[in-house]
Amino acid sequence: MSDQQHTGPGARSHDAQSDGRHDVDSRDTANDTSNADIQLAGGHDSEGPPTDGSSHDELATRFADPGLPAHTYRRSDIDPLAARRREREVATLFGLSTLGTLLFIVAYFAVKPSDAAGPEMLGQVALSTKLLGLGLGLAMFCVGAGAIHWAKTLMPDDEIVAERKPMRSSEEDRRAAVAALKEGAAGAGLGRRKLIRNSLLGALAPMGLLAIIPLRDLGPLPGDVLEHTAWKAGRRLMTDPAGRPIKAADLPIGAVVHVLPEGIKKLPRPLDEEAKATAIVIRLAPSDLADQRPDRKGWDVAGIVAYSKVCTHVGCPVGLYEQQTHHLLCPCHQSTFDVTRNCAVIFGPAARPLPQLKLATDEAGYLVAAQDFEEPVGPSFWERGD
Amino acid sequence: MARLEKSAGDIANEIDERFGSAKFVRRSARKVFPDHWSFMLGEIALYSFIILLLTGTFLTLWFKPSQVEVPYEGSYIPLHGLTMSEAYASTLRISFDVRGGLIMRQIHHWAALIFVAAMIVHSARVFFTGAFRKPRETNWLIGVALITLSIIEGLLGYSLPDDLLSGTGFRIAEGVLLAIPVVGTYLSFFFFGGQFPGEDFIARIYTFHVLLLPGIFLALITVHVMLVWYQKHTQYPLPGRTEKNSVGYPFFPVYTAKAGGFFFITFGVTTLLAAFVTINPVWLFGPYTPTQVTAGSQPDFYMGFLEGAFRLMPNWEIHALGYTLSMNIIVPCFIVPGLLFTSMGLYPMIERWVTGDNREHHVLDRPRNVPTRTGLGVMALTTWLILLAAGANDVIAITFHLSINAITWFFRIAIFVVPPLSYVVTKRICLGLQRRDRDLVLHGRETGRIMRLPNGEMIEVHEPISETQRYILTAHESPGPLELEPATDPNGIPRRRVLASKLRARISRFYFEDRIVPPTPTDARELESSGHH
Ligand code: HEM
Ligand code: FES
Repeated sequence: MSDQQHTGPGARSHDAQSDGRHDVDSRDTANDTSNADIQLAGGHDSEGPPTDGSSHDELATRFADPGLPAHTYRRSDIDPLAARRREREVATLFGLSTLGTLLFIVAYFAVKPSDAAGPEMLGQVALSTKLLGLGLGLAMFCVGAGAIHWAKTLMPDDEIVAERKPMRSSEEDRRAAVAALKEGAAGAGLGRRKLIRNSLLGALAPMGLLAIIPLRDLGPLPGDVLEHTAWKAGRRLMTDPAGRPIKAADLPIGAVVHVLPEGIKKLPRPLDEEAKATAIVIRLAPSDLADQRPDRKGWDVAGIVAYSKVCTHVGCPVGLYEQQTHHLLCPCHQSTFDVTRNCAVIFGPAARPLPQLKLATDEAGYLVAAQDFEEPVGPSFWERGD
Repeated sequence: MARLEKSAGDIANEIDERFGSAKFVRRSARKVFPDHWSFMLGEIALYSFIILLLTGTFLTLWFKPSQVEVPYEGSYIPLHGLTMSEAYASTLRISFDVRGGLIMRQIHHWAALIFVAAMIVHSARVFFTGAFRKPRETNWLIGVALITLSIIEGLLGYSLPDDLLSGTGFRIAEGVLLAIPVVGTYLSFFFFGGQFPGEDFIARIYTFHVLLLPGIFLALITVHVMLVWYQKHTQYPLPGRTEKNSVGYPFFPVYTAKAGGFFFITFGVTTLLAAFVTINPVWLFGPYTPTQVTAGSQPDFYMGFLEGAFRLMPNWEIHALGYTLSMNIIVPCFIVPGLLFTSMGLYPMIERWVTGDNREHHVLDRPRNVPTRTGLGVMALTTWLILLAAGANDVIAITFHLSINAITWFFRIAIFVVPPLSYVVTKRICLGLQRRDRDLVLHGRETGRIMRLPNGEMIEVHEPISETQRYILTAHESPGPLELEPATDPNGIPRRRVLASKLRARISRFYFEDRIVPPTPTDARELESSGHH
C-alpha cells in the first residue's frame, strides 16, 4: 500500500484525524439499525468534528460544535389565522393552475392557424403559440409553486437527524461474501479445468465480431469516388440555382456566379454530386491575375476563374466573396482564400487552397469545364495523399 | 375520510402482501434529505430530461425521419413549391399545421439547452464543494458521461429538422469523420450510407436520438439517482451536521412536495420561455442544400467550445507517404474535448491519490478551504469559457467592429495565458478569504465603532462572532503536503515505487504548500492571555 510511505496530512490541529486516515476499518461497523431510527433534533446531537476522530484532546484542537440551532416557529405554526391565510394562498395558486389548463384548452380550439389565409398564418401561429404556452406554463408553474408554498409554510419544518452508517459492510459480511464466492468458484472449478476455461474464452472472445460484421452493409466502400466530381471536359457551367448557361462575354469584371455542372439534377443522387461539384466563378480584372501560379496559366477564360466552393477545412460552402480584397471567406470557421493567388489560404484553419476548375468555352461561347478538378475537393481524408 | 382511509389501507394491504412494500415504505417515508438551493441544480437537469421525453414523444408523432425530396405544399407560403426533405417538410408541418406543435418544438429545444446547462452548473457545484469524493466517485463518472452524451444527443436532435443550418452542421461532421486517421473515410461512408449527404443519415441519427441515447440516459440517470438515495445526500458544514449523520427534511411529505413542486416549476418556466422567446425558427433558414450556407450562424451553446477550438486551431496538416493527417481537425475535435473530459472524469481519483485520503466524506467543503482544487476548477471553467467565446469570434467582430484576425490571435494567446492566471488568482483569493476567516475567529467582527483608550490611542471595537459562525469557519481540515519517507524503511530494505511516491510528494506540495491553518481554541486562548481582544 503505497499510501503508507507517506506520513499523514500533517496539520498540527489534526493529529487526531490523520491517525484515522485508514480508519474505516476501525469504525463501528456492527451497527445495523436502519435509518428509520430518527430523532428530532434538539441541539444535543453534535458529534464533534466532521471527521470521525474520537480524540481525547479535542477541546484544545477544535471549537466545539454548538449543534443544530433551536427550532424557530413560523407565524403559521403558532397563529391559526396565519395558517388559514397560507392555506388560502396555496389554494389560490392551485386555482390559477386550473385556469391555466382552461386557457390552454380554449386557445387550442379557438385559434387554428392553418385556417388563416396566407400571410396571416404566421400571426395566428404566434398567437396560438403564446396562448398555449401561457396556459400550459401557468398550469405547471402554479401547481408547482402551490406545492412548494404548502411545504414551506404548512408542513412541519423541523429538521430531523438520521444516523449515517459507513458504506463499507461489516467485517463479518465481507468475510462471508468472500467465502461464498470462493466456494462457488471452487464448485465451478474454473481454476482446475483449464480446458473448459480456455474453450469458453474461445467462444466468448470472437463474439464482438457478431456485433460488428453485420454493419458492413451500412454503406459502400469509398473507392475513388471522393477524387472525382460531376465536372467533365465540355460540361457547361450552369448558374445555381437558376440553371442557366453562362456566356463568357456576358460576365462583367467583378461578377460572381455560383455554378453547378450541366445535367447534375438528372444524376442518380444529385445532392451527393452537388455536394462535391459546387463551384464559384469570378471574373477578375487582368491586373488581378498577375500573381497566379505559372502552372495555372490558361486555366481562366479572359480573367474568368472557377474554384471549388467546398471548404478544404471541413466542407462548408465558401460563399462569401469580398470585392475589394478578392478574398473568399468561409462562414463556418473563417478560413480565407485569396482569389488573386489561386485561392491560397491566407487565414484560418483550412490547410489547402480551394481546388481550381480549368475553364474553356464551347462553340457557342458558353463557359465549360476543360476537365474535372485535378485533385479531390473538400475536406482532407486519410488516403488523400498530396 | 374514514372511508377513504380504509380503501387506501385495503390497496396498501394488497400491495404489501405481494411485494412486502411496507418494509421499504417504513424506511423511506421518513428518509432524511438535506436541503440547500444548490442541490436543486441536479433536479433541474433531471426534470428537463423528463420534459424532453414528454415533448420529444409528442414530436415523434408527426416528424418523418426521411431525406426523400418532396415539393412543399403546407401553409407556409414563402417556401411553397420548393423541394425539400420530408424531415424538413414535417418539421414545418409540426410548426405551422399541428396546433401546439410549435410550442412543443420550442419547449423541447429550450429544455435541451436547460438540460445541458443545468448539468454543467450542477457538476461545478459538485466539484467546488468536494461532493465527488469517496464514496461518490461513481456518480461523478456517470455525470461526466451524461454531459458528454448530452452534447451528442443535442447535436443529433438539432440536425433532425434538416434545415440549411443543421445540414451544414452535419457537413462539418462529415469532415470530422473523414479526418480520423486510417479508418475515417470508411467510417464516413458507413455513417452516411455512401457520400455526403446520402439518403440515410437522418433516419439513422433519428434512431440514436429518440431510442438509443435516451435509453442510455434513462439507465444512467436511474443509477445516478438511486446512488444519491442509497449513499444519502451530502450536507454543508454547519453546526450539528457531521460525517455520521444526515440532517434535513423527511422524504414524505416535505421533500416530496418540494421536489414534485419543483418539477412543475421547471416545466412551467421552460414553457413560458418557449412561449415568448423564439428558438430555432427553421422556416427562415430554408431546406438544406449542400451548395448554400448562411453566415453568422451559431450552434447551440454546448457545441460552442468545440466550435471555438476549431476556429483557433492553426492550419496544420501533415502529408507523408501518400497519407494525410489533419491536425487542424483532430486537435480541436478529439484532443481538446478528450483532455477536458478525461481530466474531469479522473479528477476524483487524482485528488484521492495526491491527498492519500481514503476516508468517506459526506460533509461538503467550503471552496475557499480547498484553494488548489478550487483554482484548478476555475482554470478548467476559464478554458471552456475562452473556447466558447472564440466560437463566436465572428459575432464579436461584427458587434464591436474589430478585425476577426486580431480577435482570433487574441484568443489563441489567451487560451494559454488566461487559464493559468485564473488559477493563481483564484488560489490567492481563497487564501485571502481563509485569512479573513481566521481573523474573524480570533479577533471578531469589525463594528465600525471607534473607541479611545485611556492612553489616547484610537481603536476599532471588535465584536466576537457567534459560536455557530465560529464553528463554520473552523470545522474544516487543512492538511499539509505529504512528506516523502526515506528510500529505505527502518530495516534498511529499499521501498518499492519510489518514483511514484516522489511524484506524489511533489504534487502534494503543489496542492498543500500554501495553506492557512484554521485557528484552534488554543490559539484563541493564547491570543487572549497575551492581551489582545
Ligand atoms: C435527452 C436529451 C434530448 C436532447 C438534448 C434533445 C435535443 C433536441 C434538439 C435540440 C432538437 C431540435 C429541436 C428544434 O427543432 O428546434 C430536437 C429535435 C427532436 N427531438 Fe429531441 N432531445 C432529447 C431527447 C429527445 C427524446 C427523448 C425524444 C423522443 C422520444 C426526442 C425527439 C425529437 C424529435 C422527434 C425531434 C425533431 C422534431 C423537430 O425538430 O421538430 N428528443 N431534440
Ligand atoms: S469549413 Fe471552412 S473554415 Fe471550417
